[in-house]
Amino acid sequence: MSDMHVHPEVVTSHEVHSDEHHVHHHKETFITKYIFSQDHKTIGKQFLITGIVWAIVGGFFSVLFRLQLGYPNETFPILETLFGKWGAGGHITPEFYYALVTMHGTILVFFVLTAGLSGTFANLLIPLQIGARDMASPFLNMLSYWFFFLASCVMVSSFFISTGPAAGGWTVYPPLSALGQASQGSKLGMDLWIVSMALFVVSSLLGGLNYISTILNMRTKGMSMTRLPLTIWALFFTAVLGVLSFPVLFSGLILLLFDRNLGTSFYLSDIVVAGQVLPNEGGSAILFQHLFWFLGHPEVYIILLPAMGMVSEVLSINSRKPIFGYMAMLGSLFAIAILAFLVWAHHMFVTGLNPFLGSVFVLLTLLIAVPSAIKVFNWLTTLWRGNIRFTPAMLFAIGFVSLFISGGLTGIFLGNSTIDIHLHDTVFVVAHFHIVMGVASMFGMFAGVYHWFPKMFGRFLNNTLGYVHFWITLAGAYLIFWPMHYEGLAGVPRRYMDKSSWVSFNQFTELNKFVTVVAMIVFAAQLLFVFNFFYSIFKGRKVRSQNPWGANTLEWTTPVRPGHGNWEGEIPEVHRWPYDYGKDGRDFIPQTEAVGANESKH
Amino acid sequence: MDIVSTEQKKRIHPHKFTLWVAIGSILMMFAGLTSAFIVKSNQTNWISIDIPVVFWVSTAVILLSSLTIQWSLRSFRQREMSKYRMLVAATLILGVAFIALQWLGFQDLWKQNITFRGSGAGQFLYVIFGLHAIHVLGGIIALLVIFVKAYVSRTKIYSSVSLEVASAYWHFVDLLWVYLLIFFLIIG
Repeated sequence: MSDMHVHPEVVTSHEVHSDEHHVHHHKETFITKYIFSQDHKTIGKQFLITGIVWAIVGGFFSVLFRLQLGYPNETFPILETLFGKWGAGGHITPEFYYALVTMHGTILVFFVLTAGLSGTFANLLIPLQIGARDMASPFLNMLSYWFFFLASCVMVSSFFISTGPAAGGWTVYPPLSALGQASQGSKLGMDLWIVSMALFVVSSLLGGLNYISTILNMRTKGMSMTRLPLTIWALFFTAVLGVLSFPVLFSGLILLLFDRNLGTSFYLSDIVVAGQVLPNEGGSAILFQHLFWFLGHPEVYIILLPAMGMVSEVLSINSRKPIFGYMAMLGSLFAIAILAFLVWAHHMFVTGLNPFLGSVFVLLTLLIAVPSAIKVFNWLTTLWRGNIRFTPAMLFAIGFVSLFISGGLTGIFLGNSTIDIHLHDTVFVVAHFHIVMGVASMFGMFAGVYHWFPKMFGRFLNNTLGYVHFWITLAGAYLIFWPMHYEGLAGVPRRYMDKSSWVSFNQFTELNKFVTVVAMIVFAAQLLFVFNFFYSIFKGRKVRSQNPWGANTLEWTTPVRPGHGNWEGEIPEVHRWPYDYGKDGRDFIPQTEAVGANESKH
Repeated sequence: MDIVSTEQKKRIHPHKFTLWVAIGSILMMFAGLTSAFIVKSNQTNWISIDIPVVFWVSTAVILLSSLTIQWSLRSFRQREMSKYRMLVAATLILGVAFIALQWLGFQDLWKQNITFRGSGAGQFLYVIFGLHAIHVLGGIIALLVIFVKAYVSRTKIYSSVSLEVASAYWHFVDLLWVYLLIFFLIIG
């Protein structure tokens, strides 16, 4: 770990940028400034706010189906008032339940934790932290948001059609998803789902291309790759994963669209639906699972990596210590990105996969524990003996590490194909992926929002509300998902809306009620955050200093409210890595400061 | 507006770099489809097809269009604008002809009673060649936009970057076609 950030020879051949005239050089109207903006910061905010709206919708859906799971036999007349036939008689109908579960998954995985998370922070942070005025192509960047918006509109429209949205689970496995006659949710709602996801793929590709191109080509003078903050590295690998895996999902969805509407049989063979024998022959439903999970698995890292990057940054800044093992952090990000493409079949252990092939995938899956453990070790050693400032962002970052450990450990259970025979499709799986990828990434996102809110809006979020938000969410996350591990080990299946006919599972009746109540409380706490977010945009405490957290990275060298172009005058030059905290008796040394003659090396 | 192009000198223009990444992404999509093809072709009930002759003609057309676009790029750089315009027009016509020929090829197959029914090589061909044709169409639109922009713009455009990006993309869809054809000939 000696002198990895001192690479004068890697400095790319940039010229000093003398372009004051580029700042504010054309009049901006409301439309070009806030709606069809090409400013990466505004686009980031658009992603964030759209993501927040989606998170409220997706979170609310989970409260609804938790109501069913906790109180399967009670009636809630308000459901009929609100949802009409979907809540007939005060009960959540089966069609509604499956639509809710499917949409909860789709919304949270794609619209919140992919677009809302990496869309927001890649846009906001990449140009600011690498020292660029904007993305490689601001126009494509704008298109990326508007494709996402369009995808959102199509998905929302599917909520309001008479047969309802897609309801075959967020993984949309055929044959269920391919046959309109098989269920309500496989009718028009499924087509809209596919169209929406196709638009979403376009959005995330346009975004990803830009992020990669910007990081590799637009760094300021002195910003070698090994001087990049870990946020940027994480966002870079995220973009690479997205660019390579989303197209494969796209091809899988195209074949599905053909099967649904044009009578092909790519995924269909020998099927009888409602007494009717279908003519389709020769297709393979497993083929879809391969194509889906080739995206699906990298997707969980697309969700997780940005959170990891931001957590690394926030932990280092608020421990007032350099990140421990920068190169190891980088190497483990790289290893995770590679392994992400080699483990997809661990989602398919019980599909009749060849056991030998299964054992290969077990090995590769368990290998992910190595880079993950390296990262955890480095986060903990960064905290070790640090001069810790418990800001809300820091608390969420620490919470992330906690959740990542506890969720990661259950991954070792599930990664073993033999144990998976017992655990697959139980709520144990639900608990595992919600903690390690869902809630943990949410925590990373919250850490990012609390930390960079001053940069986004020139104001602080309210700290007290932040602390309340953090503790309720952390305690709630464990109280919701911890019990699910027990239930899952006992064999409680996921996706079932009413398990009361299983006598042996009646022992969990009270536990399920408890989980539902906690879920409601946690959802309410998120609304507190939403209030804090929007209130603080307008009324929050103003940021007075340029660098409120005492951070080294370049975004804090811009004005408090940077215009389009980020820096007034020249883009600063970078002379060191971003983690010189507590060095040579100084609290922090910004990246822009030249290395002194007497300065010690690390 | 032109924050990017004017201020920082790069070894490779960011737009061109973006194109290379995009090409990687498009390749992944076709890799997904062709590997699905390989998996399916090893299963029972697989029905293979004979590639219609028309597709050889379309191959010649798209190869020729690669030549014309490269030539047009050269004339643009040498500021031989009338030659450039003629060659771009030729490229556009060849591109449209390619898509029309693909359509004829599809019709040919359809007449052989290879419809959407089933899941053999024929059905994959419709999907894969169809998607490829859409990508060619994208190239035609991009080229058209560049072409028209040059007429509409009040200031003369000397930068060849957008044309270079378009022609690199054009060569890519050309090579992609050759790959797909060979793929179908060998495995289909």
